[in-house]
Amino acid sequence: MREGRPRSFYVLAIFFAAYVLFLYGPMIAIYVLSFQGPQGGLTFPMNGVSTFWIAKLFQGTGIVDLGAAFRRSLLLGIIVMIVTVVLSVAAGMAFRRKFKAQSILFYSAIASLIVPSIITSLGISLEFRIIDDLIKAHWNENFETSMGLLTSGLGAHLTWTLPFGLLIMFAIFNRFDPRLEEAARDLGATPWQTFRHVVLPIILPSVIGIGLFGFTLSWDELARSSQAIGAVNTLPLDLQGLTTTVTNPDIYALGTVISAVSFTVISLALGTIHMLNKRQAAKGSDAGKGLV
Amino acid sequence: MSEEVLQQATPGLIPGSGTARAAKPTRLSPSFISWLQAGPMMLVFLAFFLIPLVFVVIVSFWDYNEYQLLPAFSGRGYTDTFEGCIAQLPDLCTIGKTYLKTLNLCFMVWAITLFIGFWVAYFLAFHVRSKTWQMGLSLLCTIPFWTSNVIRMIAWIPLLGRNGLVNSGLMKTGLINHPIEWLLFSEFSVVLALVHLFTFFMVVPIFNSMVRIDKSLIEAAYDAGATGFQTLVNVIIPLSKPGIVIGSIFVITIVMGDFITIGVMGGQQIAAAGKIIETRVNALQFPAAAANAVILLVITFLIITMMSRIVDIKREL
Repeated sequence: MREGRPRSFYVLAIFFAAYVLFLYGPMIAIYVLSFQGPQGGLTFPMNGVSTFWIAKLFQGTGIVDLGAAFRRSLLLGIIVMIVTVVLSVAAGMAFRRKFKAQSILFYSAIASLIVPSIITSLGISLEFRIIDDLIKAHWNENFETSMGLLTSGLGAHLTWTLPFGLLIMFAIFNRFDPRLEEAARDLGATPWQTFRHVVLPIILPSVIGIGLFGFTLSWDELARSSQAIGAVNTLPLDLQGLTTTVTNPDIYALGTVISAVSFTVISLALGTIHMLNKRQAAKGSDAGKGLV
Repeated sequence: MSEEVLQQATPGLIPGSGTARAAKPTRLSPSFISWLQAGPMMLVFLAFFLIPLVFVVIVSFWDYNEYQLLPAFSGRGYTDTFEGCIAQLPDLCTIGKTYLKTLNLCFMVWAITLFIGFWVAYFLAFHVRSKTWQMGLSLLCTIPFWTSNVIRMIAWIPLLGRNGLVNSGLMKTGLINHPIEWLLFSEFSVVLALVHLFTFFMVVPIFNSMVRIDKSLIEAAYDAGATGFQTLVNVIIPLSKPGIVIGSIFVITIVMGDFITIGVMGGQQIAAAGKIIETRVNALQFPAAAANAVILLVITFLIITMMSRIVDIKREL
């Protein structure tokens, strides 16, 4: 039997609903506005409905070279995702035993998370400038720069995604039963077999979560990229550049396209996690089924 | 085969295992494996976080001219930053005013996100009873965090602009005759956008603290005759303190260093600690930018130290 809801429940439920509306309302507004008619402006009311502005983006006649920036951001996002998953899982495993430098790594990750992004970004850009100067002075006078999407840019994004990856790994192993590994070891599994066939399948849903964080945080990253990305721009940087100049719904269309990628990745990841959890619930345990 | 199994399960049990071990490929020592596992992440932080921070400090003491860095010791980055600070006393100089403004902004955003974050987390932790609903609603709060911040900023333009929904709505109802100008590209819109973007960082840690609270403690308070308000103040708030502190650290450090939200939502007109750094970099005055970064780092560090006195962060994660 359930008790009746107290009055505070209804007050807070309304508060929560208002918060959700506050979160999503403005975003939905621009998704709708990106389908403005060709004569449409930056605000409501809608002036007809069309895919004019979105089509204009893909024609390349629009405001930025969307295609190139899109491919760069996608490439960087995927690499960041893979590196984040691999390094986070590895480091997460390491944290289950005591090792020297454990607290150094932990505090580096936390500091990397909370030191303002502009400082990290500036530091990386200074580091690469100094490296460039050294190369020019000692080896190759014609050297251009070592800064770029996959050097300084990748590093800058990793300083943002890895702390999240590590914290998620802590959460996973906090509720992981080490007896499962002991059982595997007792049955003669090598450490690698134990990891591959016992640990990994159990933590896989959360590992996909780390990948989701890795990709989406990189895909939308701005503050750390700002100084450290080098000569080329990522998609969010292009979008930010547009905020001061644009007077038609191009910018909403671009926003909608970027969000569409985010939402696709989010649904794929959540769908996979859900599927894995269901499979684990159905097939994960043979307890009580007796010996066959 | 079976001997090998037994050997791994209980090393040293089987006679002659010493020779058997020597024949097998040598096992890696546990500490070496730890290094192998944690090393790559450590290297990334070293190369792209710790060394860059050292460079920021070093370069802040270098000299510069219009177009390049001069690697010679100089305090110019700092003297330029604090220019006129003593001469103008008792009035505040530019940097003083900017930091005062940033701290003020920070305080407002902190207070609002704490209020919203606390009650959202409270609702999720104590009023939502089924685990599925709890998951679903938490996810609903998390999804915007995975989408672009810039888009979530420009999303306010059609609502708050001169001809936006709010202004046209208010004009229609006859409450105002002229559009309200301070809705967009103002301090108001900066605070609104920061709250919109970063309340998430408050909700998650507070929620985590709250779900760990033993429900029987709340029942005990109730049985002992405490009112709902007394339970809140004497039981729930003290036990959620770690989450409140961690969330506050996140929000404060983000707002202290922010230059993008303040730039976009402030119409590039509002000065802030992070924006000084950006402006200096754009003018290629790297030592001055670095000096400002060091100042910002010191102030942020002081705030965090003060807050972490209240709670042991490492224990709570």
